[in-house]
Amino acid sequence: MNIIFGVVFFVVLAAAALLGACAGQSTLVPIDPPPKSAFAAASVERGAQLAAVGNCNVCHTASSGRPYAGGRPFKTPFGTVYSTNITPEPDTGIGRWSEAAFVRAMREGLDREGRHLYPAFPYDHFTRLTDEDLKAIYAFIMTREVVRAEGRANELRFPFGFRSLLSAWKLLFLERGVFQADSSKTAEWNRGAYLVEGLGHCGACHTPRNRLGAEKKREHLAGGEVEGWHSPALNAASPSPVPWTAGQLQMYLATGLVDGHAITAGPMEPVVHNLSAVPERDVRAIAGYLAAVAGAPSERRQKKARDALAHAQREMAAYPLRAPADPSVAAEAGQRNRSGESIYFGACAACHDRGREATSEGALHLALGTVMTLPTSANLVRIIMTGIIPAEGEAGRFMPAYANELTDAQIRDLVDYIRAYFARAPAWDDVEAEVKKVREELSAANANAGG
Amino acid sequence: MVTLNVNGKSHRIEVDPATPLLYVLRDHLELNGAKFGCGLGQCGACTVIADRQPIFSCITPVSVVQERRIRTLEGLGTMEKPGAVQQAFIEEQAAQCGFCIPGMILRAQALLERDPAPSHAEIRRHMSTNLCRCGTHMRILRAVERAARAMKTGGPMRDTEGSGR
Repeated sequence: MNIIFGVVFFVVLAAAALLGACAGQSTLVPIDPPPKSAFAAASVERGAQLAAVGNCNVCHTASSGRPYAGGRPFKTPFGTVYSTNITPEPDTGIGRWSEAAFVRAMREGLDREGRHLYPAFPYDHFTRLTDEDLKAIYAFIMTREVVRAEGRANELRFPFGFRSLLSAWKLLFLERGVFQADSSKTAEWNRGAYLVEGLGHCGACHTPRNRLGAEKKREHLAGGEVEGWHSPALNAASPSPVPWTAGQLQMYLATGLVDGHAITAGPMEPVVHNLSAVPERDVRAIAGYLAAVAGAPSERRQKKARDALAHAQREMAAYPLRAPADPSVAAEAGQRNRSGESIYFGACAACHDRGREATSEGALHLALGTVMTLPTSANLVRIIMTGIIPAEGEAGRFMPAYANELTDAQIRDLVDYIRAYFARAPAWDDVEAEVKKVREELSAANANAGG
Repeated sequence: MVTLNVNGKSHRIEVDPATPLLYVLRDHLELNGAKFGCGLGQCGACTVIADRQPIFSCITPVSVVQERRIRTLEGLGTMEKPGAVQQAFIEEQAAQCGFCIPGMILRAQALLERDPAPSHAEIRRHMSTNLCRCGTHMRILRAVERAARAMKTGGPMRDTEGSGR
């Protein structure tokens, strides 16, 4: 994404934008903030469950900020967008938004005054929601604690600060319309599709985006990125050494941990935290639909899975582990990388090689973990450097951060060793760049805290 | 055999390189300032400084810090001449049982070397990885602020990295 491209984009689409601007987007009449008693308790409760699936709180709450008061930054290739205050506060929140204004925002990406909203707000998904669900979410949001918090101005590169450009974006990429059930599928499949493609907006992170920031329709759930993390492919390209079953997906979504696959980290943590409060049948529907998206594993995939399981079993049989159990792989991974091997045995093995089960007393066994097989080292580097630390005051699984304990070169050696030994895959070529990126983020966080 | 530089002194120690730095400090070098708390890098009682970074010595294999200069509580001062941070902790009476205090002091020391005038918010954020079960956090925070003031007014904040720096 360069400036020339930005200018071309601007020129080509300015006309369309003008058209959009001429068509005019009306301001909807402000209302007096409705009292909590205006909403039926049942509706609010339903809205709470829907809002949990939609993760409204995740994006609309700043770190150590008040719930739904906005202000969380989102770095995009176009600049930084800040989430808005969606508490029912009349002046800085959405207290003066009627139900019609809320429904329009969710479906059309327009605020009450008719201004275009940036698609960091996933209205391209929320447009699938039913009237009934939107009304319940409105009831839930409008009964949250009122917080007065001015929005932060976005910091977007030219020309992306012009919101009228978004009318062109919508022309190109926004497919409006409520979810239509597929009568050839089961009710559970349809429920899962509705939640995944609509409210849950899984594709917002798990589908790659094009140069204009829209999800690539032909690479649906093929793996994307969010906040410096890789979001693994959920379709047939899933990088998991052993294919996920619907049951395992359900357990992962509800608890954040499935032995032999993954433990949640990074941006997926709050998603799982929300899903832990969603009715089991909905989580089951989501898992079932995602398993269907991935499809039955191919013969080749199954062979790879048998291979990975055999590797892991040889590993586990070697407990207590003091040296790699598989001599052929060990010879290759270890000879090339004695330093990484020694760091692994000193810093990681104490948890990851004890018990061999990802229970609360042991850690994920790396030979079957998904992170080791991703196309980028981003997630493994981040987990090693920043750990898995539960949010302040929240229960959660823990892994210490090693950013201070290890040098950049040691982290690189460790990542190379883990990749070679556990995933038995060619070395990543982006490790140094990823380590540097995380270092910069950590020192920026230090600098911010000093301000 | 590993080599280790602790408080300006070089050591050669016969030990499995996977041994946690904390065990080597306490059992081999008899530097008992750093404490074993959780053993998981979760409480901070084992905090020491490697070069300029506070690290959890309980999760750090001794092999990875052979090239770095380690500083422990014992390197900051003596009973007779405590370092500025130690002095501030004494003056604020920040210790109750005292188990977490060496880690707290080392962590504060690293902050004040990086930023001699941290804001209250930064102190809170920086110290948040270290836990105190007695609940003397308010005194600990005051002690860190006192140490920062002492440094600013040219108090007895010594360069604890040894001569040559």
